Amino acid sequence: MTAETIIQSLASGLLMGLLYGLIAVGLALIFGLMDVVNFAHGEFLMIAMYATFFLFAFFAIDPLLAAPLVAAALFVFGAVVYLLIVRFAVRAKANAGMVQIFSTFGLAIVMRGLAQFFFTPDYRSVTHSWLGGKTISIAGIFLPVPQLVGALVSIAAFAALYFFINRTDFGRALEATREDAGAVALVGIDKNKVFALGWGLGAALVGLAGAIMAVFFYIYPDVGASFALIAYVTVALGGFGSVFGAFAGGIVVGLVEASTALILPPSLKSVGIYAVYLLVVFIRPRGLFGSI
Amino acid sequence: MDMPFATRRRRDLIVAACLAVIAALVPLFVKDVYVQNIMVLTLMYAALSQSWNILSGYCGQISLGHALYFGLGAYTTAILFTKFGVLPWFGMLGGGLISAVIAMALGYPCFRLRGHYFVIATIVIAEIALLLFQNWNWAGAALGIDIPVRHDSWLNFQFTRSKLPYFYFALALACVAWLVTWWLEDSKWGYWWRAVKDNPDAAESLGVVVFNSKMGAAAVSAFLTAVGGSFYAQFVSYIDPESVMGFQFSLLMALPAVLGGIGTLWGPVLGAVILIPLTELTRSFIGGSGRGVDLIVYGTLIVLISLARPEGLVGLFSRRRKAMVR
Repeated sequence: MTAETIIQSLASGLLMGLLYGLIAVGLALIFGLMDVVNFAHGEFLMIAMYATFFLFAFFAIDPLLAAPLVAAALFVFGAVVYLLIVRFAVRAKANAGMVQIFSTFGLAIVMRGLAQFFFTPDYRSVTHSWLGGKTISIAGIFLPVPQLVGALVSIAAFAALYFFINRTDFGRALEATREDAGAVALVGIDKNKVFALGWGLGAALVGLAGAIMAVFFYIYPDVGASFALIAYVTVALGGFGSVFGAFAGGIVVGLVEASTALILPPSLKSVGIYAVYLLVVFIRPRGLFGSI
Repeated sequence: MDMPFATRRRRDLIVAACLAVIAALVPLFVKDVYVQNIMVLTLMYAALSQSWNILSGYCGQISLGHALYFGLGAYTTAILFTKFGVLPWFGMLGGGLISAVIAMALGYPCFRLRGHYFVIATIVIAEIALLLFQNWNWAGAALGIDIPVRHDSWLNFQFTRSKLPYFYFALALACVAWLVTWWLEDSKWGYWWRAVKDNPDAAESLGVVVFNSKMGAAAVSAFLTAVGGSFYAQFVSYIDPESVMGFQFSLLMALPAVLGGIGTLWGPVLGAVILIPLTELTRSFIGGSGRGVDLIVYGTLIVLISLARPEGLVGLFSRRRKAMVR
């Protein structure tokens, strides 16, 4: 193993990590807002990938152009999921924790079933796109273009999110609601509206990630499952609910995955991520950047 | 509760005995192998869900990684039988004990975690085990283990000609899991667990040893789940990591209890009796295993039940009973 291979794989790990951060941030946003873990988060990613694929297959729209459309569609989807399911789940009096987990889990199962039913379990891929299959060499390191663009989109999305949360009225309402949902009601903010928009925003972010993932990853009904687990680990590492913790968590996960692949057989690369999750929560039960 | 607790417990026991006798007589009238197969699976999931319910329902530590213990039971039995010629009965006991010990070893660090951190830890641990088994060449790696067929006997716990012995074993397993739960409900452990579930801090201040009671629940739950896994290995006579340790098993163990009523004595039984035949029938009647209709059906059920009746379907019965008492 030369220094070059190590730098090479850490660089790809970093790119992948930024994309993991983008996949995970919607989960963190929703959790921070209302203490709910969306167990259908991976399926949100899955439908975003399918949407990108079908826009490509039927209308020859390149995934890069499709990304904003897919994000917009996912925004609506996320808000609808809140209004139809989650809004009622958080009201549960009996078994509150269980209801939250299984209402979104049930949704995940339905979405997977629907994808199998309508799209068949076949593996699909976007066969040619502007970004697909290209690599670029920077200072002797080869970087795959889709992942590089994905990483740049991720950084841009986090910057926009930062601006949005700190500088806009809705962002402030979001922050206020996550701090004290009862108090915001007193100043006339409709909590339900903020939650619905939060779900929309979270889904839009994972939609953006899905559109880029579709360029270089196979698309199939169960594709969300493994990425969802990585997203939970990312969010937990960042300390549930911390939006920028998810960004840092994503980078950690990407680097750990790349380093594991250097040491262990590639089929075991996820073991490193999972082991780091356990290590971190055993030492800091509230995650790397979470407040105790 | 309108009925005194002791009366209710005695009645539960009588009802369970009657149901067990009725269930035992069913195969005398139902000879169809396909239906018998569904009955075996239903009883197995009733037992598994009952075991899951001890840790997740009564003690409130929601595990979505019980496939680990199911897989350990299946693998221990299959490895001991194929590599060392050890009878499945010892494999069953061994798998149970190994799982119980591992559950406590994992519980030691995990039970400090709360809420979602705990749930995700259980998923992640089962996933690590799955990946390790998929890469463990000696144990057959991803291809798994084919359990060789010897002659049909209870000693080998193999029956190629009839499903009935499996049916009676699964029934016995479901009864044992139910009885263990019934007995634990009224033991000091049962009270501790409910206290830990409702409010761990308050329980601790009242002198409940929260940590130890979680460990106890984990050990009992893992032992029974592993016995179910051993049974499954013998029943299907071929195992591979994905088919005994995959995430879907963790889910399938949880769903009957969630549907029927989490943390209740009858919830897992009721949930399994509804869920398993429903999924098996939709799967075979509506369209092959790959078409996802079964997923749509039970996903929808889970969403509806958890939103409309978070206490589970057993709530329906107790309400009617209350009305009758009045």
